[in-house]
Amino acid sequence: MLDLLFYIFATLSVVGALGVIVNKNPVTSAFSLIAAFIGLAALFIQLDAYLVGIIQILVYGGAVMVLFLFIIMLMDLPSEERRKFGWGPVAGGILLGCVFVVQLVRVLADYSAGSRVMQDLPVGAASDVEQIGKLMFTQYYFPVQVVGVLLLVATIGVVVLSKKELD
Amino acid sequence: MDWINLAVTLIKIVVLTFMVLLPMIAYSVWAERRVAAKIQNRVGPNRTGIPFTKWGLAGLGQPIADGLKFIFKEDFTPAHVRTGFFWLAPALTMVPALMTCAVIPFGSELNIAGYKIPLVIANLNVGPLFIFAIASLSVYGIVLAGWASNSKYSFLGGVRSTSQMISYEISLGLSIVPIVMIFGELNLTEIVKWQDSNGWLLLPFWGEGPLLPKVILLVPVLISFLIFTVSMFAETNRLPFDLPECETELVAGYHTEYSSMKFALFFLGEYAAMIIGSGLAVTLFLGGWSLPGGIGSDLVDKPLWLGIAHFFCFLIKMIGFILLFIWVRWSLPRFRYDQLMRLGWVFFFEIALANVLLTALILIYFK
Amino acid sequence: MAIVVKRPKLTFGEKIYLSSIAKGMLITMGHFWRALLGKGTVTMQYPEEKWDENLPEYYRGAPALVTDEQDRERCVACQLCEFICPPRAITILPEEIPSEDEWAKVEKRPRKFEIDMSRCIYCGFCQEVCPEQAIFLRKDYAITGTSRAEMVHDKDKLYEIGGVREGLVNKWNELK
Repeated sequence: MLDLLFYIFATLSVVGALGVIVNKNPVTSAFSLIAAFIGLAALFIQLDAYLVGIIQILVYGGAVMVLFLFIIMLMDLPSEERRKFGWGPVAGGILLGCVFVVQLVRVLADYSAGSRVMQDLPVGAASDVEQIGKLMFTQYYFPVQVVGVLLLVATIGVVVLSKKELD
Repeated sequence: MDWINLAVTLIKIVVLTFMVLLPMIAYSVWAERRVAAKIQNRVGPNRTGIPFTKWGLAGLGQPIADGLKFIFKEDFTPAHVRTGFFWLAPALTMVPALMTCAVIPFGSELNIAGYKIPLVIANLNVGPLFIFAIASLSVYGIVLAGWASNSKYSFLGGVRSTSQMISYEISLGLSIVPIVMIFGELNLTEIVKWQDSNGWLLLPFWGEGPLLPKVILLVPVLISFLIFTVSMFAETNRLPFDLPECETELVAGYHTEYSSMKFALFFLGEYAAMIIGSGLAVTLFLGGWSLPGGIGSDLVDKPLWLGIAHFFCFLIKMIGFILLFIWVRWSLPRFRYDQLMRLGWVFFFEIALANVLLTALILIYFK
Repeated sequence: MAIVVKRPKLTFGEKIYLSSIAKGMLITMGHFWRALLGKGTVTMQYPEEKWDENLPEYYRGAPALVTDEQDRERCVACQLCEFICPPRAITILPEEIPSEDEWAKVEKRPRKFEIDMSRCIYCGFCQEVCPEQAIFLRKDYAITGTSRAEMVHDKDKLYEIGGVREGLVNKWNELK
């Protein structure tokens, strides 16, 4: 049952990810990306990582992609033209793929499957929300603050840039 | 045992979504029309009762007749639309609205022959977040409808709806942060259980515990409740904020080009979102299924009658909240778009942030 | 000339709207309870209750043709109403009045006079334009039929609705 769900959602994310690059229409691409995100979120939830999965939908599916879509629609981008076939990009793509496969093979060769069995969380243990929250505000407190300042700087920068045109 | 659990879950899904939620959607349309009529000194639909008889039953047959009408109407797809997305959009509005009811606790538990069935489909530890996440997906239906219809009115409606929903999602999310801080819990079932024994968040006058901190906590809770409710109106595109479909400017907004059952899905999706919103508000602020006065909260083994009473208590609270939605819709005029954006970004966002701080201070001082 | 409109200065209480919102909500609530108790409802339950006896003099219902006191049809088939009719609901086929007829000097009369009531918009232009005061809007408003053909009022039907109208201009008879 769970395996079946895994295959359904894995297929959804793979097909969605493929759809992003295969489709010519930018809106269709954006929707494929949303489908991929939702599939990914479902996979997270299957791993009992509820918070990560939900945040995946909430932030990427619900906020970031809405803005993407919004901009694509407002600019009314035309469908991509059929590009001329060139050997350069294809060769580059094949090279990148090969490098990735080599890396994957190396990593998997070092990894001995089944040697390390993860313990299930005991029933009634603190929820993942609580644990992530605790980690964020103890061990990773400094990075959180730095990211916060970074976002603040970005926000102020955007406001400054967009206001300048008015004067 | 696994299969029994699965079967029970399936039965719960079928019963709660298709036999509780869907009739509620249909009858909230009826209630909307009747209450609107009463407010405007009219009568409203009062004739559609039992066919071929004179019994009107106060128009209770109206939703069934409306549904039949929608099914049998011509489903017209204009030639200038992007067909695939045009067909996808209504489903994308309705499905998230129905999915969110998975985490809402409709009642405590039904004790049937020693087998306790909790009346919630999925007891997640991230209840409110789940609702927000899925509800934030429903904006795609509207955006897509606006874009795929290929008409200026639909498009403007879609664009308006997008920016409105993104803006108010922020204040909606921030408004429940103080609540979550008070409960220290994101599980809706646990939240309701806490309120069952300690008094509802908006009426903390029974149960154990010192009373003074609770009364002081009422200030941030009231602010949260206000922001939550108003943002809920904006999220569901209901009347003071129904700019995505405002008739005087945009014909019918994002569903201008839709007809028949596809239109009905948009129409009912709005009501479904409204009902889920009411359910969430009741769960967070008004004690969910718990009975007033903390009746039966000290019973560990809840007998069957108490479970049923809890279920109906929740429904009654929800209906009361839906009536509030309707009452506001027929009282207040529509906001202007810049006023709406100002309210969301300049006032609610800041007030909600300050409210988080205020709650934190109160919690630190008293605990 | 531009007029500077003085905007009233709003106090803080007025600016946050809450009091006016509460006031408005209370008003609608009052209406709701009064209507719920059966008072103040203005609706007329149509098929059972009708407004017929209260219809005003100027009510514009179905158009009809009238005859004068000598039972002569007033219409002289000038086709002005056919021309003015905005939805083109009127069809007139004129015919000559034979010379042995009592009213031969009138020259024309309608052989066919049809008003398609599924097109008629009850605007009353036909009544306004008629030089002979032969067509009038009556108070019938519930014009129904189960087919399009049934909705077309022919000459007999129009005279049946219209009846006799006395007085008014008497151009063709001895009274002049």
